[in-house]
Amino acid sequence: MVNIKIEGVSYQVEEGLTILEAAKKCGYEIPSLCAFNHGECNNGSCRVCLVEVVGARGLVASCVYPVNEGMEIIISSPKAVEARRASVELLLSNHNINCQQCDKNGKCELLHVAGITGAREGRYQGSKTETTYDELSPAIIRDTSKCILCGRCVARCKNAHGEDMGILGFENRGFNTIVAPAENRSFLNSPCIQCGQCVSVCPTGALMEKSEIGKVDAAFKAGKHVVVQTAPAVRAALGEEFGMPVGTPVTGKMVAALKRLGFHKVYDTNFAADLTIMEEGTELLGRIQNGGKLPMITSCSPGWINYAEYNYGDLLGHLSTCKSPHQMQGAILKSYYAERNGIDPKDIFVVSIMPCTAKKDEAGRDQLKVNGLQDVDAVLTTRELAKMIKRAGILFTRLPDEEFDQDLMGEYTGAGVIFGVTGGVMEAALRTVYFVLTGKEHEAIKFEQVRGFEGVREASLEINGQTIYVAIAHGMKNAKVLLDEIREGKSKYHFIEIMGCPGGCIAGGGQPIVRSCFLPGEDDDIQDTFRAKRAAALYSEDVRQQLRQSHNNPQIKQLYDEFLGKPNSHKAHELLHTTYQARVGYNN
Amino acid sequence: MAHISEAGVKKINEICDRYIGEKTPLMMILSDIQNEYGYIPLEVQQIVSKRTGISVAEIYGVVTFYSFFSLEPKGKYVIGCCLGTACYVKGAQQVIDRFSELLGIKPGQTTADGLFTLDALRCIGACGIAPAVTINGKVYPKMTVDAVLEVVEEYLVKEGKM
Repeated sequence: MVNIKIEGVSYQVEEGLTILEAAKKCGYEIPSLCAFNHGECNNGSCRVCLVEVVGARGLVASCVYPVNEGMEIIISSPKAVEARRASVELLLSNHNINCQQCDKNGKCELLHVAGITGAREGRYQGSKTETTYDELSPAIIRDTSKCILCGRCVARCKNAHGEDMGILGFENRGFNTIVAPAENRSFLNSPCIQCGQCVSVCPTGALMEKSEIGKVDAAFKAGKHVVVQTAPAVRAALGEEFGMPVGTPVTGKMVAALKRLGFHKVYDTNFAADLTIMEEGTELLGRIQNGGKLPMITSCSPGWINYAEYNYGDLLGHLSTCKSPHQMQGAILKSYYAERNGIDPKDIFVVSIMPCTAKKDEAGRDQLKVNGLQDVDAVLTTRELAKMIKRAGILFTRLPDEEFDQDLMGEYTGAGVIFGVTGGVMEAALRTVYFVLTGKEHEAIKFEQVRGFEGVREASLEINGQTIYVAIAHGMKNAKVLLDEIREGKSKYHFIEIMGCPGGCIAGGGQPIVRSCFLPGEDDDIQDTFRAKRAAALYSEDVRQQLRQSHNNPQIKQLYDEFLGKPNSHKAHELLHTTYQARVGYNN
Repeated sequence: MAHISEAGVKKINEICDRYIGEKTPLMMILSDIQNEYGYIPLEVQQIVSKRTGISVAEIYGVVTFYSFFSLEPKGKYVIGCCLGTACYVKGAQQVIDRFSELLGIKPGQTTADGLFTLDALRCIGACGIAPAVTINGKVYPKMTVDAVLEVVEEYLVKEGKM
């Protein structure tokens, strides 16, 4: 511990902290834009966190300056206050100030910091760096006119997906510097996996999801039968957009909101998660029993699929051929559901609410069609749903809890709910695989070994004298470890779950932005705890469900009995399975 | 996308392997490649990325940060005009403008026949002979606007183009 003074008041803080971190612990918010999450990014580049340290020459950047014994820090000295304001004004001088039409409106840290420091637009005027507006990717828009060159996205991409994978970097020099994929390419023409982790750390509107709200509006206008489905992770985070504590499950209010938004049917993607388990579990058992390619790897995460196609084209045979759950749901809606309700599949418009930007990219894939129609027509992120709810004037927190539509595909089990967190698909699969092989339920239901946030986790399970080895990885940096083992022929596993985003879908690139400055009610370690809090929301919903194993979902049984036959049947293959294609990263 | 021969890939890998164990090998690798080939296109950066585990984006960033590195092939003769402070006050801007005018290219560009590249340099430490110009390492001291034509002609004659 070291003794320091801030604004003349004595404090004891841990050694090794930066001034910024120490001040936060003592109850001060020094504005900063580049510093992020315990040094995940600290380039000291934004100069917004300048403070005065007695005895130091000039002002210091508090995000990179460590505290030491006897240090006296003054945040409010006129010199420091003026310097911080000037730093922000300089950033604003090269910023595209069209705040009212910016999608980041309300969650922009630059605007927040400008407010705190009293910075005004136009104090410094001059030329602006030439702008790149990349909207070619179906998932992510990059607008360099709003970039402040903080480097958070550069750091996040590398932290999540590996030093070798980082798609974004600083290019050129001086005033011409931009953050971009190599050659200032579009995300579309680089091996970007479209996960949106960069979007979730960007302090401004420089990186945003590509909104599809307009597509949904158009479908309503055209008189389509608009069916919406929601991924499990959405309910664990949507409430945050309306000021509810992180980790509040809002399933009932979310359903109520969707009904008020006019969707003709509101279903839960969890139904298809159960369906995925039936198909994937059967596929796994088939591979084990018939000497198929092992380990088999899950295929729910489109970010992961993109990564595999770009970097491990030789291992695509290991991927489960199952479509991801929302695509399965779309396919069933445009076949089984259409048939039962006497609706022409062409008139059905399927909207998926997802915690994910890569799902937008996935929905357009050629391999994901049913009778020539895309399984899913539009994908909205959790953030976009919140915008639609606000736009409609719905006071979310005052909504009653309502139920998903129950007909045909309304039932879901706890196994489906936990898909949204790393390890969840594995746990759901194990519950069913155990039952299929032994004829009885696994007593514990919970498989504790596969839970948690370690980057790579492994577990084994004795079933009928055979040991099944499984592993879980999230974030491509961690997945690479398991994939290289397979490439070298050293993998001992039967089944591997891989999720693109660190933490799984609960922390996906389409989820609400988590920032202390916009969450005054949360503890200041929220950046560390939000994943676990959102995960707890899903695990609690699992426990509340009467049915907790996918094979016990009565409507899944009915679907097989009346329509698909049995898991992995010819019809199931046609509707619920897909193919993959190796791709070149830096094409053309 | 340009195709790089197997021998080319081998050579680039060999250059990368010279600096195994170095903490920050990238600058040295890129310097060697620049010297060996005269430029570092994206295809080559991808090979370096694969060998070293450094992302293509980061390599591209370094290549575009330092003016010594080039993404395009350079001409047979690289004309470097120093625009450092001393050279600048002695009229270096007029000198480089005259080169531009005569060769029909802007600084950073290469003539269509691949003969000349014109580079604007920051201080090359030859302030005593300002304004200084270098062509493939040969130094031309105290350049004047009027002398530029003569210098260009010297190389055109050498190449049998005059």
